Amino acid sequence: MNPVTFAPTIPLIRRPAPGALLDSFQNLDVAPEPEALPGGVGPQTYDAGPLLSAKKVFKSYRKSKHIIPVLRGVDFAIREGEFVAVVGQSGSGKSTLLHLLGTLDAPDAGEIHFEGNRIDNLPSKARDVLRNRYFGMIFQFYHLLPELTTLENVLAPRMIGQGVLRYWMNKRQHGEEARHLLDMVGLSHRLTHKPKELSGGEMQRAAIARALVTNPQLLLADEPTGNLDRQTGQEIMDLLRTLNRRQNLTIVMVTHDNAIAGQADRTVRLVEGLVERA
Amino acid sequence: MYKLLLSWRYLRTRYIALASIISVTLGVATLIVVNSVMEGFTQEMHNRLHGILSDLVFESHSLGGLPDPQWHEEEIRKTLGDQVVGMTSTVQVPAMLSFQVRNQWITRQVNLIGIDERTYAQVGDFSQYLLHPENQSKLSFLLREDGYDRRLAEAGWMYRRNRVAYERAVQEQLQQIEAARQQRAAGSADGAAASEPPSPPGDPYGGAPADPYSATSASAGDAQVFDEAKEQHVGVILGLMVSSVRHRDADDVVRDYFLCRPGDDVNLTFPTAPPSGEAPSAQSAKFTVVDLYESKMSEYDSSFAFVPLAELQRMRGMIDPQTKVTSVTSIQIRLKPGSDLQAARDTLLQRFPADQYAYRIQTWMDLQGPLLAAVQMETTILNILLFLIIAVAGFGILATFFMIVVEKTRDVGILKALGAPSGGVMSIFLSYGFSLGSVGSGVGMVGGLLFVIYINEIAAGLERLTGREVFDPTIYYFQEIPAVIDPLTVALVVAGAIAIAVLASVLPALRAARLHPVEALRYE
Repeated sequence: MNPVTFAPTIPLIRRPAPGALLDSFQNLDVAPEPEALPGGVGPQTYDAGPLLSAKKVFKSYRKSKHIIPVLRGVDFAIREGEFVAVVGQSGSGKSTLLHLLGTLDAPDAGEIHFEGNRIDNLPSKARDVLRNRYFGMIFQFYHLLPELTTLENVLAPRMIGQGVLRYWMNKRQHGEEARHLLDMVGLSHRLTHKPKELSGGEMQRAAIARALVTNPQLLLADEPTGNLDRQTGQEIMDLLRTLNRRQNLTIVMVTHDNAIAGQADRTVRLVEGLVERA
Repeated sequence: MYKLLLSWRYLRTRYIALASIISVTLGVATLIVVNSVMEGFTQEMHNRLHGILSDLVFESHSLGGLPDPQWHEEEIRKTLGDQVVGMTSTVQVPAMLSFQVRNQWITRQVNLIGIDERTYAQVGDFSQYLLHPENQSKLSFLLREDGYDRRLAEAGWMYRRNRVAYERAVQEQLQQIEAARQQRAAGSADGAAASEPPSPPGDPYGGAPADPYSATSASAGDAQVFDEAKEQHVGVILGLMVSSVRHRDADDVVRDYFLCRPGDDVNLTFPTAPPSGEAPSAQSAKFTVVDLYESKMSEYDSSFAFVPLAELQRMRGMIDPQTKVTSVTSIQIRLKPGSDLQAARDTLLQRFPADQYAYRIQTWMDLQGPLLAAVQMETTILNILLFLIIAVAGFGILATFFMIVVEKTRDVGILKALGAPSGGVMSIFLSYGFSLGSVGSGVGMVGGLLFVIYINEIAAGLERLTGREVFDPTIYYFQEIPAVIDPLTVALVVAGAIAIAVLASVLPALRAARLHPVEALRYE
């Protein structure tokens, strides 16, 4: 099985040969996009391994002279189509875990696997592509780019993911996708507004649209309702729930709110850097 | 794509950064203005200098000069081939010019040049600086009737006749007074015979030989009597500043006051060229001013006096009495436009090696080397100083960019979370720096060019505003500020400014690229 020729046609669920994922990242410019969200293919159909997993992950931060351990050997796994909430008190390491899962940071020890391939030690270029194409991320503070309009913010991952020429060639298609997504999150009337002209809930919905614009396989949500009032937060939760149910979107959500966490399929509780055994 | 979009948006939303490149704008504008004006001055000066001087000057070291210029000219023509388009021989000697203004002797030290009126105009722009239009087309050492420059309304034969008539009338009056005084003295002595009537005034224009004035004032050596009103001495063309003083009148208008003008007679004293063994002596002769010379190069206008070559050779004894072979002190050579002057000079030096011939062969640039080098030096130093200003602006950009990167830390984190590579983040800030530099130097370029194009109007406006003359023609001898725009210089200045702006944004851009995404996202 030649990984290079094999790479463009990796089925999303099947485990590719070791290294094939990396190859496929490197060949992304010529590889066709993964097809639409793997809707309808539920995790129950396949008894495949987890989509994303963390194995004995350690992470500590250095604050001046002190080394503060945050994660002390966390095991975590999520399967295709699951909606998992990670809860814990502040400082329990849940955000750090999410960053490690999203390859924004590298663990001190342990491994992160995506579709069975280790991703925490990939070269930074490959991790950039991974974040751009396969992961969507939303944050407590929305993190929209203030200089760009809602539509441009949603298109940003597309612009980042390809060169100027390619983007211009696909501009119309990307624009339609982005409008469709914004329509889906209920923001079709806010296309040309700048983030500061939007309410918190609108900003979070725009962030969700941005996270979904590249048809990712996984959504990583860091306290998505943390900065919203209860009702708006609930609207966001309903949206995530719908995305998970209808489009089989795999979601890892970090929250400190047990009520919010209760709406997920499964809850993983972190206590002092370790997964609490239920 | 996002890089361009973001740097464009940053450009449009961060006016503080635009403020930081005002110094770039000013630096670029100043550089363009200074370079254009200096280039204008240099070109004007080159043109003037080169116009006055011929391409190559073949000089003898001694005042006695080199004998047989015809042979030398032939040799030069043989050596240089058909590059030569004009050649003329001159005699240059230091001389003292003296003339009387209101019975006061005024002396000037001049550089007396004997020129061949047929060929001298071939080697330089000499004739176009003369004030009489006919002399400009065809040089003559004969006094013209009138029609000189408008500053010289009174000049030429008409002026000369009037002047002579006036002087004679004055003289006559003086004589009458003198005669009357003598008569009174005689009368008081004799006590009688006051009957002799005052002598009737002679026709002032007739110039009768019997006229006592003519009889006494004509040079004693002349065989026949010289009639000043009808005849002239050998012609001389004086530099404008030799014969005039420049001043401002009550209305603050610059005027030239002429101490002597075409139609006046002057004395020239110059050394003779004796045969070897004898010491040179001073020789004086009278000349009639026939025209003035204004090249607007004060160095030349205040020192040149031109006389006919043959006359000067005769007066100085540069014609061998037996063989009639003449001598000259220098040969001026004009080459085809675009010829390599240095190469031609070196060829001539090979033909006339310095150890065999006591000649000095120089190009006009060698002759004016120190002056040209000084101007060049001035331009270089100004350029360095002004570029330092832009470099200082570079540090301003550096500081502003660090601020912007800090302000944009979270955006950098977002971009990285969205999968932007470090290189992409870096190029956002680099292209931001590039666009700032482009805008800054673009505006500076347009401003500088407009300033250069309207420099004289701006100078005039400043004069009205401040009441001070910005560009004083009594000093510079230019009516307008000369400015020449060199596209290459403009391009280099703009490119240099943009390069500095980009260089200044490298460090902040690197810092942005190295930001850790997690820390950047946490940044509040």
